[in-house]
Amino acid sequence: MASAVPVKRRSWNSSRTKEAIAGYLFILPWLFGFLVFTAGPMLFSLYASFTNYDVTSQFDWIGLKNYSRMFFDDPLYWTSVYNTLYFAVFAVPIGILVGTVSAVMLNANVPFQKMWRTIFFLPKVLTGVSVVMLWLWIFNPQDGILNNGLRAIGIEKVPLWFGDPAWSKPALIIMSAWSATGGILIYLAGLQAIPKQLYEAAEIDGASTARQFVKITLPLLSSTIFFKLITGINSAMQYWSNALIVSHPNPPGSPVNSTLFYGLHIYKQAFLQSKMGYASAMAWVMFAITLVLTGIQFYGAKRWVYYEGERR
Amino acid sequence: MATQVGHTHISKELAASRRRNFIVRWSGKLLAMAVLAGVSVFIVFPALWMISTSLKPDDQVAFSNWIPRPIVWSNYAKALKAIPFARFTLNTALYALAVVVADVISNALVAYGFAKLRFPGRNVLFGVLLGTMMIPGMVTMIPQYILYAKLHWIPGYLPLVVPHFFAGAFFTFLLRQFFMGIPEEYSEAARIDGAGELWIWWRIILPLAQPVLATVAIFSFEGAWNDYLGPVLYLSNNKLYTLQIGLTMFRATSDTQWQHLMAASIVVMLPIIILFSAFQKYFVEGAAVTGIKG
Repeated sequence: MASAVPVKRRSWNSSRTKEAIAGYLFILPWLFGFLVFTAGPMLFSLYASFTNYDVTSQFDWIGLKNYSRMFFDDPLYWTSVYNTLYFAVFAVPIGILVGTVSAVMLNANVPFQKMWRTIFFLPKVLTGVSVVMLWLWIFNPQDGILNNGLRAIGIEKVPLWFGDPAWSKPALIIMSAWSATGGILIYLAGLQAIPKQLYEAAEIDGASTARQFVKITLPLLSSTIFFKLITGINSAMQYWSNALIVSHPNPPGSPVNSTLFYGLHIYKQAFLQSKMGYASAMAWVMFAITLVLTGIQFYGAKRWVYYEGERR
Repeated sequence: MATQVGHTHISKELAASRRRNFIVRWSGKLLAMAVLAGVSVFIVFPALWMISTSLKPDDQVAFSNWIPRPIVWSNYAKALKAIPFARFTLNTALYALAVVVADVISNALVAYGFAKLRFPGRNVLFGVLLGTMMIPGMVTMIPQYILYAKLHWIPGYLPLVVPHFFAGAFFTFLLRQFFMGIPEEYSEAARIDGAGELWIWWRIILPLAQPVLATVAIFSFEGAWNDYLGPVLYLSNNKLYTLQIGLTMFRATSDTQWQHLMAASIVVMLPIIILFSAFQKYFVEGAAVTGIKG
């Protein structure tokens, strides 16, 4: 043993070097891709955001003009901000509420577990443009089942959904709530990680079901809810591809720019009007907003998120 | 004596509280079932309506009857003829398969490097990798488009496939978590026998990681199959179109044939439905382990 030590030490150095070289080689695909497809393009787009770049003819430095135009001279920019916030404010809490409540109910050892699980699995399986088409049909103002049903129960002035700027966003929020029910799995995993002894102890102490929910379930589920909150807000801020699908073949953002979300505005400016510089500036503002929001959420989380095994 | 009295007293109280709990628990369960049933109707109703519409005769499409009379299977044949369906299916399938191969290989390589090999700067680089998840797609969308345009890759599938050969944060993270749980002894034994890292990766790690590799493959396939924005940006030529774009073509005319569109939508979703149902076990585990894509 003792004689093996110096030998081991010498080979340790060379094997350590070999291991490090192998390590760099293994991560090389990502490193290369990161520099070429992410970091490089991002630096370019940051620079482009200070120019009037339009891909073909001009690429001149114009300072902060794009940014001042965004905030002061482009009413549609604020329309897109409003639409995005409107969607996020409703879609994110509704999604979390539906997911949490359904998971808690499902976790209460109710009969027909398998059937419920299969049903809640559906929105995970039914995906893509197909689902958007389905909702367009349900929301169809003239012949859709929803308005037919509303008329049948005596409502004369039915919403025109995607035909009315006041109802297009609620329709998209209902769509997203439907998809959110498929996110129940992660809440279930969080619920099942809660030690059963806690409930047994609470029961012996005579705590009511409601009290158990508030004092045990919610705190121990808070890290899951927090995770869904961050990812939910991030994806709501970046929500726009469905809007592109529902407006087709009308101009993107139809009706009357009511589905012109932030990303869709960028898309239109960049690819339909070739204002690459301006669109880049908008994208960077969104990046900054995302970072700030996530920072705030992490800061706020210290107050209400409980991690088991964490020292305070 | 005293303890005995205490005992019966406690057991009486326990019995009473158990009875009370039994009632509470069952009324709770009924409430839970009512909520679940309500949400389930909301979930199932659109899916059933889709099937119903896809089988309706033309003159019943606007009506609210759930059972089509007669059931018109030929809607499916008509739907598939309304767009160049075979061509779009081939395009989409090749695109999705290429992405799956690229994603699985590149992410498994990178994840092995981060999980099992020690090198200076590893933690910093892994932090950078995770940080890229924070970057909104709209920030990279424009400069990447310009890059691909300069490379003359547009219109075409290269912009949609090539980046997948360079790994990404989500899949790498998922695989790394799994690889870290594989005991070091297997690799160590192979190393003593003179095996290289690539051999260990291929012959020891990958076979052990089959469930998580399947998860990556399924997510990856779904992502490419359902991708809409990518094809809209990069395939401005209808010979190159995918099925997702094909579906939107049904609405290009003013008079949408909803029964055909619903039939086509179901057909387009079918591979994903089959894939997810067949690999439900892996898929559920993967979603639970990472908590992402939930």
